[in-house]
Amino acid sequence: MPRRQRAGRRSTQGALPAAIAPVRNLVPPSFQHYRFESSYDEMFEAPGQPRAHYQALYQTLLRLPPEELRRSQQAADLSFLHEGITFTVYGNKEGTERIFPNDLVPRIIPSHEWAQIEKGLTQRITALNLFLNDIYHDGKILNDGVVPRELVCSCRHFRREMRGLDVPGGNYVTICGTDLVRLPDGCFAVLEDNLRVPSGVSYMLANRKVLKRVFPTMFQDYGVFPIDHYPQALLATLRGLVPPDAPVRNDPVTVLLTPGVGNSAYFEHTFLAQQMGIELVEGRDLLVHDNVVYMRTTAGLRRVDVIYRRVDDDFIDSLCFRRDSILGVPGLFNAYRAGNVSLANAIGTGVADDKAVYAYVPEIIKYYLDEDPILANVPTFLMTREKERSHVLQHLDQMVVKAVGESGGYGMLIGPQSTAAQREEFRTRILADPRNYIAQPTLALSSAPCFVDGEVESRHIDLRPYILFGEKVTLVPGGLTRVALRKGSLVVNSSQGGGSKDTWVLRESTNGLVGSERKSAGLHSVNRTTRPWTV
Amino acid sequence: MRPPRNYFVRSFQREAGMLSRVADGLYWMSRYLERAEHSARLVDVELQLWLDQSPDAGAGRWRFLLEALSAGAETGPVDPTSLVDKLVFTRTNPSSIVSCIAAARENLRQGREQCSSEMWEQLNRLYLEIMGKKPEEGWILNSHGFFWMVQEGAHLFQGITDSTMSHGEGWQYIQLGRYVERADTLAAFIGAHFKRLAPPADRAVEAAAYLEWIGLLRGCGAFEAYCKVYTAEILPLRVAEFLVLSPDFPHSLRFSVDRINAALHIIGDLTERRANLPTRVAGRLRARLSFSQIEEIMAQGVHAYLEAVRSECAEIHSAIRDIYFDYPIEAELAS
Repeated sequence: MPRRQRAGRRSTQGALPAAIAPVRNLVPPSFQHYRFESSYDEMFEAPGQPRAHYQALYQTLLRLPPEELRRSQQAADLSFLHEGITFTVYGNKEGTERIFPNDLVPRIIPSHEWAQIEKGLTQRITALNLFLNDIYHDGKILNDGVVPRELVCSCRHFRREMRGLDVPGGNYVTICGTDLVRLPDGCFAVLEDNLRVPSGVSYMLANRKVLKRVFPTMFQDYGVFPIDHYPQALLATLRGLVPPDAPVRNDPVTVLLTPGVGNSAYFEHTFLAQQMGIELVEGRDLLVHDNVVYMRTTAGLRRVDVIYRRVDDDFIDSLCFRRDSILGVPGLFNAYRAGNVSLANAIGTGVADDKAVYAYVPEIIKYYLDEDPILANVPTFLMTREKERSHVLQHLDQMVVKAVGESGGYGMLIGPQSTAAQREEFRTRILADPRNYIAQPTLALSSAPCFVDGEVESRHIDLRPYILFGEKVTLVPGGLTRVALRKGSLVVNSSQGGGSKDTWVLRESTNGLVGSERKSAGLHSVNRTTRPWTV
Repeated sequence: MRPPRNYFVRSFQREAGMLSRVADGLYWMSRYLERAEHSARLVDVELQLWLDQSPDAGAGRWRFLLEALSAGAETGPVDPTSLVDKLVFTRTNPSSIVSCIAAARENLRQGREQCSSEMWEQLNRLYLEIMGKKPEEGWILNSHGFFWMVQEGAHLFQGITDSTMSHGEGWQYIQLGRYVERADTLAAFIGAHFKRLAPPADRAVEAAAYLEWIGLLRGCGAFEAYCKVYTAEILPLRVAEFLVLSPDFPHSLRFSVDRINAALHIIGDLTERRANLPTRVAGRLRARLSFSQIEEIMAQGVHAYLEAVRSECAEIHSAIRDIYFDYPIEAELAS
C-alpha cells in the first residue's frame, strides 16, 4: 500500500528510524521556531512564560526527547490506520481513505473558562430551538420584525413542509456542534452553529484514547474531565425523542441512518452505532408502509421509532425533497409528519445555521430568553445591506467571504491569501446574489503548540464542543480542537488539510501549576518520567 | 448436532433478527476470506509440487490448478508467472486473493458496528499488508511467506472472531459463510483431482503419483491429520474417505455440511423461521453425506458425486438469500 505512509502525515516520518542519529535522542524538542503572533497564544502569556494551566505540560515537553514523541506519533498514526479511523476524501479515486491527522500536544482549557463556554452554549442552543419552533409555527419573531421575514423564507434550508408540524418537546436541534474561536483578547466567540449533521465527535473520543496511552501519568496529575460517556448520553437523548404514540415507549427502536460507506464520516457512523449498541442502517434497509417506518431484518420487518439521521434534508426522502436521491427513504417525511417516527435532528434546522441568520442570533437570544448573549458572535457583514456590502467590496483583501449555506470550508474566500482574480470572482458573485454571501473580518484564530517534525511550533486552532439538547442540555467537557496544520493557515477543516488534537478540560483551575507549593506538598508531577506510548 | 433451544438465552434478546444487509455482509465477508485462504493454500502447495517436477511437466498442472479453483479454463500455453499473478494479484479477477481480501474487508465495513473492533482491526491490518505487496521478478519462487501470511491472517481473524464476538445470530452467518464456501471449494478441488487421476482404488499409489496425492491432502491442510488416522500409506480410497466423509476434520466435506446445518438451525430458532427451505436442503445434503459409503461413491465416480454436492451447496446458498437477505416485502407486510 504505497499511500500508507503518506496518508496525510508529515513527510519526514517515513524516513525513520535510520535517519535519526542517536545523539538527537538526548535533546528535547526545541521551541526555537515557535512563532508569536498577534493572535492569542493558548500556552504562553509571553515568550518563554507559559500560562499557569500549561506549566506542567510545558515542563514535560522540555524534558521529553523528540524521538519518543515521534515514535508515539507514529504508533498513534498506525493505530488510527489499523482501526480504520479514517475519513473519505471526495473526488480522489486512489487512497480515498485518509487518517485524520492528530497532534499529540493536548489543548488545555481551565475549568472557569469551560464553565463560561458551557453556559454560553446552553443559552444559545435553547434560544435556537425556540427560534426554530417559532418560525415553523406562529412566526412571532418575524411578525415583530426582529428577524426579517424574507431572510428566513429565502433561506435555502428553510423547509415549508415543516410549517405547523409539532416535533416532540419542541426539540429541533438535538445534536449540535458549535465552532468556537478564541479572539486576540482571550474571549471565546461563536464562529458557526452547525445545526444539521455536525460530525467529528468520534475523533474527539479517539484522540482521547490515544492521548491516554501516550501521557498516562500527566492525565492523572492534571485532573482532566472524562468524555467517554458521550455515546451513552447521546443514546439517552435520542431515546427521549420517542414519538408519543409509539407502541413501546420505554424501549424505542433507535437507529442511526448513514448515507453509506462512501460518506466521508462513515467511520464515525459505525463507531457511534457500535458504541450505542444501535443498528446502523442505510436508506435501503428502511421502508415506509402506512406511514410507519420499518427496517428489514432477517426475522422480518421491525418497526423503527427514532432515527438519528446523518443524511442531509435534501437527500432524506426522494418523494418529498430531492427526487434523484437514493440515500434516503421514500415516504419517510410523511411518517415523520404523522408522528410515527422521530428524527434527530429535525428537518429544516439548517435555516438557523444559515450564515446570514447567524448574524441575528444575539437578537434571537435576547428576544426569547431576555438575556444578553454569554458568547459573542464574530462581527458579520450582511451583503444584503447596501452599506455593509460596499464596505466589504472595498476591503475584500481583508475579509473572509462565505456562502451562507455551505459548510466544511467549501465556497470561501480568504481575503489576505487570495489572488486578485479570486477577489474579482467573488465580487461578481456577491453582486449577482447578495443574499447568498456574508463577510467577516479575517480573524486571528488563537494558536497552540503542536508537534511538527521534532519541534514544537504554533498552529492556529478552533474548538468544536458537542451539545446534546434533550430534557436537559448535556455537554461533554471538551470537544474537538481542530488544527490548521499548514503553517500560517487559518483553515481547520479536515477536507482542507486540517488535523485535530485532544482537548482537556481541567477539574480545577489550579491544575497544571508547578509552583513551589505543589512540590513541597510532595506532588512531583513533572519530575515523574512520562513514558510515551510505543509499540 | 441440533442444539437444544435455550430459552434462558433467548430471554436476553431484545428482538429477533438483525439487519438483512448486515447479515448478508457478514456472510459474504466470511465466504471471501475462506476463499482467499483456500486459494492461498492451494497455490502454495502447487508451487511447492512444481519445484519437484521437471520444468516442462508443468502445463497440465497449471490447467488443473485453474480447474480446481473454478477459475475458468485456459487454452493454449500457460505461463506460470502470469497465471499465479492472475490468481493472486489481479484486481479484475474477482476471485484473486487480493480481490477476495478487499471484498471481505468491504463487506465487513458494511457490518462494522456488528463485529468487534478487534475483528475489524485484524482484517484491516491484513488488507493493508496485502495491498502493500507487489509481485517482483522471480517472486513465485519466494512466495511461501506471502501465502503463509494470508493463511495466518485468516486464522487469526477466525480466532479473534470466536473469542471477541458474541456467538449470536451475526456470528452464525459468519460460520455459515465460511462452511458454505469451504464445502464448495473442497468439492471442486477434490473432484478435479479425482477426475485427473482416475486411481486404482485399493492399491497404494506409485511413486510418481504419490506427490500428487500428498498435494491433494496438503491442499486441504489434511496431510498430518490423515496420517494420524491411516498412517503415511496413501490409498486413494482412504484419501477420499477422509476428505469427504470424516466427521471430525474441519476441512472435510461432511464436517462443513454439519456446521452449515448447525448454523442454519440456530438461525432458524433465533429468527423464528424454523423448518424453512435452507434447513431442508442442508438437511438433505447432510443425510446424504452421513449415510454414504466411500465404496459407493467411488463406484459412482467421485467427481460426479462431488458435482452433485456442489449444486446442492449452490441451492443452499440461494435459499439462504431468499429467506434471510432478500425476501419479498409484500409477503412480510401481509403477514
